[in-house]
Amino acid sequence: MMMKARALIAEDEPLLAANLQAELERLWPELETVANVRHGAAAVESALALRPDVVFLDIRMPGLTGLEAAQALAEDWPDDAGALPAIVFVTAYDQYALQAFEHSAVDYVLKPVQPDRLAQTCTRVQAALKTRQPNGQPSNQAAALEATLGQLRHLLGAPGLVNSAGAPQAAKLGVIQASVGNAIHMVPVGEVLYFEAADKYVRVITAEREYLIRTALRELIPQLDETRFWQVHRGLVVRADAIATAVRDEAGKVHLTLRGHKDKLVASRLYAHLFKAM
Amino acid sequence: MTSMSASPLDLTSPEVRVQRRGRFWMRGLRSVGYGALIGLIITGLTGQSFGTTMVHSMCIATMCWFFIDLGRIPLARWKHRNAPADSPEAESHWPGWPLMLVIVVIGSVLGFMVGGTLASWLTNQPMPGYLRGSLRQTVALVLTSLVPALIITYWFYSREAIAGHEAATQVAQRQAAENQLKLLESQLEPHMLFNTLANLRVLIGIDPPRAQLMLDQLIAFLRATLNASRSASHPLEAEFARLRDYLALMELRMGERLQTHFELPAELAGLPLPPLLLQPLVENSIKHGLEPKVAGGRIEVRAARDADELVLQVRDTGVGLADTASDGTRFGLTQVRERLATLYGAQARLSLAPCDDAEGGTLATIRLPLPAATAR
Repeated sequence: MMMKARALIAEDEPLLAANLQAELERLWPELETVANVRHGAAAVESALALRPDVVFLDIRMPGLTGLEAAQALAEDWPDDAGALPAIVFVTAYDQYALQAFEHSAVDYVLKPVQPDRLAQTCTRVQAALKTRQPNGQPSNQAAALEATLGQLRHLLGAPGLVNSAGAPQAAKLGVIQASVGNAIHMVPVGEVLYFEAADKYVRVITAEREYLIRTALRELIPQLDETRFWQVHRGLVVRADAIATAVRDEAGKVHLTLRGHKDKLVASRLYAHLFKAM
Repeated sequence: MTSMSASPLDLTSPEVRVQRRGRFWMRGLRSVGYGALIGLIITGLTGQSFGTTMVHSMCIATMCWFFIDLGRIPLARWKHRNAPADSPEAESHWPGWPLMLVIVVIGSVLGFMVGGTLASWLTNQPMPGYLRGSLRQTVALVLTSLVPALIITYWFYSREAIAGHEAATQVAQRQAAENQLKLLESQLEPHMLFNTLANLRVLIGIDPPRAQLMLDQLIAFLRATLNASRSASHPLEAEFARLRDYLALMELRMGERLQTHFELPAELAGLPLPPLLLQPLVENSIKHGLEPKVAGGRIEVRAARDADELVLQVRDTGVGLADTASDGTRFGLTQVRERLATLYGAQARLSLAPCDDAEGGTLATIRLPLPAATAR
């Protein structure tokens, strides 16, 4: 028995995108493809606007990778929008990704797409969608969300997947060198309260002031001591001992207050598990 | 003395330590053997008592070995005391010839005296007569201890240096094979291969003539890649044809996100070039320049002549160097540089620079000497 559902496809190669849509139409006629986009940022934007039931994300795409798009979706998915879409990753070959997928039980499809394998995926997606239908048990929905978040957490922590593959362990930074006018300010990392991504830059906030450095957050993170600096959102890294309180809301987000600073920060549901009583 | 080899062997590993210890005792045994040989020669030449001479000779040889072979280790430590902790020097047991000569002289004098005393005590006989008297003693010392000690030290040194060289050669060969494999792996990148096959699979269903064309291009590309390591050079126009095959495959995959442009003046078409020299540069342009760029862009491959140099350029309008600097292993660039250095020495160079015009991106330039016939 086929169920009605809506799908989004994100794949940068036009022929492959069209083919995946055609194969899905053949195998699952009741599945309507509501958007077929060419890059990660478009995938997030369309998914948030169209709220499909299932998204097919190519891993290597320009702009955001499939994994980054999935993270953005999980973090930005509105609370009133119902369940997070089922996520299926698509990849031609990626040793790190495949290992991670196997371990985190995320569904994935290999290119060239084999119809038999895609049919299996369709069956699995239908089973997953059934548990999270609006008339289903709320507890089921919550469990399904927590399962998806768990899978994503696992993927984000997998070696070689998010950071450039096989990159050697970066040396840890002692000071942040920020240019202000024609001077370079040496900011000890111990004084930094938090780092926040701002396009290609990172805002560096200390108790006294704020700096802007021209390094992407994803390049900065491997250079920070992960026991001292916690990533709490895809665009936010906080010094753990600068956090005063953490309060979880119904939607699963965690609101943070800082010691000696008025800024309020929000940790996404993907990182909410970091904040629990001992 | 194993440490004389220039190979990057790990001198601190347990196996190497055990090996070193084994060689140390082997040298000791051999030294006793050489002592016996010297004793035989002395008996033959001077007609001294066989037993006493043999004991003296072997005792002196053993002591000489003991002082020389053991003395060189602290001396080497002292000499390399400023070397960084993990360097081969820090673990070296070879202090170099000048210091070694000093230790051979001191070691053989000490060995002669201690060994001689030991032998006199063992045999209850004084030193054989030919060794008495200070001039005689000096001559004997030089003839029976110092000269043999020098010769034997040199002998041990050269034997083990040769062993070290062999080990180094093996390591070098293994590294060459590994590089070859990495090169092949980078050229037949699985991600590219499977994506191309995925496109091919789709095309077979909707546009068979185009699928056939694509398959032909893939075949030409694979053949060129597999043959590249076997032939020393091919004409520049063949290089351009292979790059066209590769980029045609990429154009099909990337659709309107990729445009290509080639410039090859007819008079340069026949010039020889190492096969697929430009391939890693074009791949970098795709992988680090255009693939990450949402809008895509253009790749231009150009050949030109500048005085007596051939100038080859690969330019893309991708995201540029700044955003990719920390990405990847730089294997492609290193490999191009190594090939250039091997084939042309200092005469060829590769440079990589950002393009500062409105379109941005990266420009890779190779400069090669023109072959003498065309250079005029």
